[in-house]
Amino acid sequence: MSSTRDIDKLIEMMARLPGLGPRSARRAVLQMIRKRGQLLAPLADQMAKVAASARECLNCGNIGTEDVCDICRSEKRATGEICVVQDVSDLWAMERGGAFSGRYHVLGGTLSALDDIGPEDIRIPQLVARINNEGVTEIILALNATVDGQTTAHYIADQLEGRVRITSLAQGVPIGGELDYLDDGTISAALKARRSI
Amino acid sequence: MEWRDQGILLSARKHGETAAIIEVFTETHGRTAGIVRGGISRKIAPVLQPGNQVDVTWRARTEDQLGTYTVEPIRSRSAALSDRIALAGLNATTSLLRFSLPEREAHHPLYIRSVTLMDLLAHPAAFPLAYLRWELALLEELGFGLDLTRCAVTGDMDDLAYVSPRSGRAVSTAGAGEWAPKLLPLPQCLLGQGPVIDTEILDGFQLTGYFLEHHLAKSFGDKPLPESRARFLDLLKRQTPAP
Repeated sequence: MSSTRDIDKLIEMMARLPGLGPRSARRAVLQMIRKRGQLLAPLADQMAKVAASARECLNCGNIGTEDVCDICRSEKRATGEICVVQDVSDLWAMERGGAFSGRYHVLGGTLSALDDIGPEDIRIPQLVARINNEGVTEIILALNATVDGQTTAHYIADQLEGRVRITSLAQGVPIGGELDYLDDGTISAALKARRSI
Repeated sequence: MEWRDQGILLSARKHGETAAIIEVFTETHGRTAGIVRGGISRKIAPVLQPGNQVDVTWRARTEDQLGTYTVEPIRSRSAALSDRIALAGLNATTSLLRFSLPEREAHHPLYIRSVTLMDLLAHPAAFPLAYLRWELALLEELGFGLDLTRCAVTGDMDDLAYVSPRSGRAVSTAGAGEWAPKLLPLPQCLLGQGPVIDTEILDGFQLTGYFLEHHLAKSFGDKPLPESRARFLDLLKRQTPAP
């Protein structure tokens, strides 16, 4: 039996993480072993804790360590606005910006003809239930500007029509963007959404 | 192996961390799949949206390999993203093409019709009838075409009112006789007669839907038709005033 079997196994598992390959996983594992006290042991402890406690928020689908996440528990975030996002990573991106002070709803995917994902496979029924229970006044659809993302946005808007105000994120020139490098779809969306200055 | 062609992008799905596998309905090589290296990058992802018109170069060591694509945009159809009916129409078109076209088999007439249809996405008033005619063209291209030129019973070219569900041939009112209840109604808009009425277009979809489901899909082992077609028709129905 190889004496490095466990280490090889760790490298193999690390290499499956996004952004890492076998080489970078090997480097990371070597670094952790060299700094066993400061890095490896605390990391192993923390991973064990997260493995035991990480779960989806029962209300919005965010990931946290309790049944209901901090955002859903906070009374300050009960503004009547719910921002609908595709994935937890999108929620985290919105929170990084700090521009939104309401609550979220994570769909966990988008409608997709290709992958045979229908409305029942994503958290749309839960969103409808929240509108009834939380006194929601506005739904902000922050879904990707892709065919699947916008198909989902239109479907949700269709389901909620007349019940609540529905808005979606603007599309146009990104900050720091140069017109010359934009695709023609973005330019035409930006032109449609032009405003007086 | 290497070829260059133009086509309509039908689908793109993530492959690994950075690549995408796309399917393109090309003019001279038919529906062909391939890998795009770096296909999920911020630069290329907007180009790889279904419905976009693209210029592609396909390379592989042997003909039967999956191959790799390099893709250049020709025309974006992202304007459809903001219109729910246009977007549903785009989804229905690309899904049906993926559903029905054999791989790597050229279908030039259908390709030309498909490009024209995609360009009509920007004209919501004209799109539903164009889509209906496109479904007829799709059936014809795949060997299930309807013959709406003359009555299958009497040979008359006038008063055509039905289609035989078995043969796909038109039948006149006189020719139908007591068989009329068993025949499918033929909307006059498919004969190019009179003004186009929205409810007739919906009747037309019943007709094409029957042949897509009972003839085309049956030939694929009774696979269900793509859900996106039903969604498109549902949206059209909801916006069509009752007669």
